[in-house]
Order: sequence, then C-alpha cells, then structure tokens
Amino acid sequence: MKMKNFLLTAGTMAMMVGAGFASAEEITVATVNNNDMIVMQELAPKWEEATGNKINWVVLEENVLRQRTTQDISTNGGSFDIMFIGAYETPIWGKNGWLAPLDDFANDANYDLEDIFPLVRSSLSADNHLYAVPLYSETSFTYYRTDLFEKAGVAKPTSQITYDEFRDIVAKVHDPENGIYGTCQRGKAGWGENMAFVGTLANAFGARWFDEQWQPQLNSPEWNAAITYYVDLMTKYGPPGATANGHNENRALFKDGKCATWIDATSAANDVKNPANSKVADITDFFQAPKQATDKGTGWFWSWALAIPASSQKQDVAKDFLKWATSKEYFQMVGETKGWVAVPSGTRASIHEDPRLLEAAPFAATIKDAIFSVDPSNPTRDPVPYTGVQFVAIPEFQGIGNFVGQQVAAALAGDVTVEEALAASQDFATREMTKAGYIK
Amino acid sequence: MARAVSTRTKVLNTAIAGTLGFLMFFPILWIIILSFKTEEDAIRAPLEVLFQSGWTIENFLTVQARSDYFKHFSNSVIISLGSTLLGLIIAIPAAWAMAFVPAKRTKDVLMWMLSTKMMPPVGVLVPIYLIFRDTGLLDSLIGLTVVLMLINLPIIIWMLYTYFREIPGEILEAARMDGATLKKEILYVLAPMALPGIASTILLNIILAWNEAFWTLNLTAANAAPLTAFIASYSSPEGLFFAKLSAASLMAIAPILIMGWFSQKQLVRGLTFGAVK
Repeated sequence: MKMKNFLLTAGTMAMMVGAGFASAEEITVATVNNNDMIVMQELAPKWEEATGNKINWVVLEENVLRQRTTQDISTNGGSFDIMFIGAYETPIWGKNGWLAPLDDFANDANYDLEDIFPLVRSSLSADNHLYAVPLYSETSFTYYRTDLFEKAGVAKPTSQITYDEFRDIVAKVHDPENGIYGTCQRGKAGWGENMAFVGTLANAFGARWFDEQWQPQLNSPEWNAAITYYVDLMTKYGPPGATANGHNENRALFKDGKCATWIDATSAANDVKNPANSKVADITDFFQAPKQATDKGTGWFWSWALAIPASSQKQDVAKDFLKWATSKEYFQMVGETKGWVAVPSGTRASIHEDPRLLEAAPFAATIKDAIFSVDPSNPTRDPVPYTGVQFVAIPEFQGIGNFVGQQVAAALAGDVTVEEALAASQDFATREMTKAGYIK
Repeated sequence: MARAVSTRTKVLNTAIAGTLGFLMFFPILWIIILSFKTEEDAIRAPLEVLFQSGWTIENFLTVQARSDYFKHFSNSVIISLGSTLLGLIIAIPAAWAMAFVPAKRTKDVLMWMLSTKMMPPVGVLVPIYLIFRDTGLLDSLIGLTVVLMLINLPIIIWMLYTYFREIPGEILEAARMDGATLKKEILYVLAPMALPGIASTILLNIILAWNEAFWTLNLTAANAAPLTAFIASYSSPEGLFFAKLSAASLMAIAPILIMGWFSQKQLVRGLTFGAVK
C-alpha cells in the first residue's frame, strides 16, 4: 500500500513537472521599432513572469518587416507566432486564410472587445471575422504653431477649412529668412510615405483611385488639380529638399521649430507635445485636416495591430499574449509606469474616457474626434469599389502606390511635369490592374 | 624646376588622395560621432552636432539593454567563420584542379561560376525559403552558414585559382616525384606558398559574410540572427532612433573594422598578389 501511494505521488509529481515544462512555451514576435512597441517590450517580462512563457522579439524596420512577414506568411513558413501588422494587410491576409481568426475574444468579458472602437475593429476584420487586435490607431490632422499664427494675425480655424484657405494661411506664416517654412509635408516616395498625405489631398479634391469598374482614374482633372496644388504649395512654402522628407524628418523639423504647419499622423502628438523631446511643445495646437471639393476622406485612417499567422504552432499562447498586450489593464499599466501621455491612443473607449489620460494629454479628445470623423468604407466624393482612405485595400495597391509615389516625388523635384507624372501613373496602374484581372 | 613641379604634383596628389579618403571615411566618422550624442542632438544641424552638444554613452547602454549584442555577435562570428572555412574546404581542391590540371572547359567552368554571382539574390529567395522551410533550416546557423558559403564560393574559387596559377607547377611536380601524396602536396607544398593568397581570401570572405544583409535578414528570426539583423532593428521610419541606430551600427562594424585595420597589410598584399607581372 505504501509502495502504491509512493508510486501514485511520484507519478502525479512527474505529471505536474511535465505539465509545467509543457506550458512554458517560447513565442516569436515580429515587430517594428517604434516607441509604443519599445514600451511593450519593456513591460512584457510581467507577462512572461505570470505565465512562465518567453518571448523572442524580432525587431525590424517597417518596410523590411512588411516584406519579411509577407514572405513568411505567404509561404506558410511559421517563423513567427505574432506579427505586428497594419490596417492594410489585415483584411487582405485574413481573406487569404493566412491569419488565425480572433472571434473568440468576444466571449472574454474581461477583455471587453466591445470597448475597442467599432471603426478600428471593422478595419481589422474581413468577412465578419476579426483577424487582429489594435495597439494604436491614428488619423491625420493639422499641427500648427500658435505663436506664429498669433504673430501673423491668423485665428485658429474653428471649422474645417479648405486647402485654398490653408494655402493663404501658410503664405502668411511662411518666414524662410528666419528659418521657418510655411508648411512641411511628406515628399519621400512610398505608398506609406508621401502617398499617405497625397492620398487624402486627392480625396479632398474629389479624386479617386479607381471608378466602380476598377478603371484607374489617375489622369482625371481632380488628380491633376490635387498634385498641381501639392507641388505649388511645397515649392513655394515648403523646406528645401522636401523629396527626402518622410514622417520622421518632418516630425524632427516641426519639433525643432522649423515648420509653421504640418498635416500628419495624430500618433505623433504625444511626442510633439512632450517638452522633453520638443522645442514647440507649448506652442503647438491642432485643427482638422483641410477639405476642398469634398470633406470625405480628408484625414487618413491607420491602425497598428497584432495578429497571429495561421502557420503558428503556438496559437493558444500567442492569443494569451495578444489579450494581455491589448487589454485595458495593459494600457493602464503603460499610463502608470510610463506616464499617461505615453499611452497608445485611438483604440479603447474606456482609456479615452480615463480622467488621468485627459489630464495628462488634453489633446486626446481631439484625436478621438478626428478618428471618429473617418469612414474608410466611404472615402471619396464619387463612388468607389474599394475601402481604405489613403490606401486601397487590395494586394496590388502596394506596387501601384509606390510607383505613383515615385512619380509624385519626381514632379515635386521638378524632374517631370504633373501631367507626365500622372500619365505614367495611369499607364502603370492600368497595366497592373489588367494583369491582376480587375480590368478585362 | 622639374623638382619643384614634382613636389607640387606630389602635394596635390596627396591632397586629392587625402580628401578622397576622408570623403569615403566620412559616413563612418559621422556614425561614430552620432553614436555618442543624444537623439535630440543627433538630428540638429551638422555644425551644432559637432560644437554645441554634449557627449554620452547612453545609446550603447540602451542598445545593449534592449538587444542581446553578444548573441548577435556570436552568431555573426559563427556564420562568417563557418561559411569561409566550409568554402575553403571545397574551393582549395577545386582551385588546385583548375590551376594545375586544366581541362578544355576549365575557363568556361570558371565563367559559369562567376555568372551565378550576376543573378539578383531575390530571384531565388522563394525557392530557397521553401527548401529551408521543408528541411527545418529556417532561422538556423547551419542553414545560414551553408547559404553564405554557396554565395561566396565563386569568389573564393576565383581568388584561389588566381593565386595558385602564380605558383610554378614544377615545384608540385618535384614534390610528387619525392613521393608526396595529393593531400601532402596541397597541405605542405601548395598551402605554405599560397598562404598570403589564402589569408587574404579568408579575410575578404569573412568581411563579405559579416556584412551580408539580404540572406541574413530573410532567413532568420530570433535564433540565428547576426549583427545585420541587430542593426536593422534600430532603423525606423517613425520616431527618432538615429543615435541608437548609429550606436548599433558602430557596435556591429567595430569588430570587422578592427580586424581589417590589423590585417590591412596582409589584405592588400594578397589582393595585389600577381597583379603586376
């Protein structure tokens, strides 16, 4: 009997130890190098301690990450258990069956999926399945220098102004002799760089990428008007060498006090308003991105989110980490440990209502309103067959967007005329869409 | 008079060479400077960076705290040394055969080997990725060592072939007449005479493998990632990481720069070996 008890106890202990080892998993997370992800890496050991699991971080530059994750997920490589992807890839990859659905997150009352803004949830879904959960979301709005506006006698716009009115304001605050440029906008070629701004500008001028039959519309008068305006604005009032300036460079210029206005991502507001990082923290305010022929699609929409590739062998552990990293408790932990101004914005209603956030970052309400004003399913004045504000949610857009971005940058540099740039873009888009079978 | 012109020419040539050398070295110098600046100082105008900002080693500490430098470093060492040694094991007999026992098509074989370097690597990325996936070699040091060896093999063979051709075949013949086996002939006769060439081949291939960024980024994730992946993790289009990126770059290139500095005489001697006839 004693022997039997001993064997039973030993067996149970062996099973417990075995189970302990079995539950300690290593997962690999592919991500970009930005402030929000660095914070997540710093806080992740708390999850590791609580679960006994370990995370291997693979941090890559955004374009390299996109290429690397696309290659792995499309070949079913299984190198990663979690990928940091955006609102562009998520629905496309989800439809392809490359991502594990996260619909069961809705059953977890503690996670409270309904707390995530519906707009963000729908942008990370395809065919009514949720494929990624957001870390932060952004739209675009206008950053401006209150001191320069005051000096030039310009009042803060209280309603959405037109791009013509915007140009008049820019002309008044442009002061290159004192090292201040009227406006800094993205000029660096790329669908995620200059085309993010140019895409919303084109929407404002009434342009669209494709008509309802997927025929490219890049040689339309609306596109011509938008690009002509962009080139004219940047040539007259932009900083020199603007074709080298992407988000990062403009952010640095603005924070250094070199730009009077800048239309860009709301997610940079925390950084610009942080006196430790910025010379203009106390003299920066925001207003809505301008409209022109229409107010549709004038502010972009983007969300950075975490998703699990269908090829991952550790989906349960990966889901557990995803829930932790996008939970209410996580955002609160960021606020309590890194300061409420560092909390990722634009995803959870409860966080945006938290008085600690509203006190530390009064502009959070403006960001929320701006995000709520965007409708990616209805982004243009004329009807279109696609969703997405500054991008078109089809796989072919990356190539087309990059090509058009290069043409627009060439027009800005003066290497080609606006007409030549748009004609080349139209030819390229027509060729690509025909090749992909959208146009018969 | 002629002497004065000659001195002036010398001074001019030295000045041009010095300027060109400085221009070529400037990006590395700027990386070194930025790596000791704060992120805010690193994006200021160049003159402000130089004269109106302080110095800090914070970037190096942050980079080491956030990424495991020594793991990436050891992966780089294993991959570059492993691929070079593996390459030599295959290339020395191949180069010996082509240099001392040439066949009718030897030149064609050499040209074919070189032609494989002309194909863009991205052209074979997907097939190799699929082979690696199916053989479980993704994110493994063995897989990466083999791929880098294959990529550099044509260069290794070409370099060794060139050096071996400079050695008179009669010496090897004499060794053979004295009863040396093929192994002894290569190890005790050929290798000592071709040592400068073999050494420079090793050095150049270690440098090439150390700096290779396409395959090392595409075939690794967390386990086998070398220093190229370490640098890539500090590049970002959003947020400011210039100073940290510079610190990471300096940490990644420092070992190879130091090795290159100490072995430069050997490297130049080997590379110019047989260049002037």
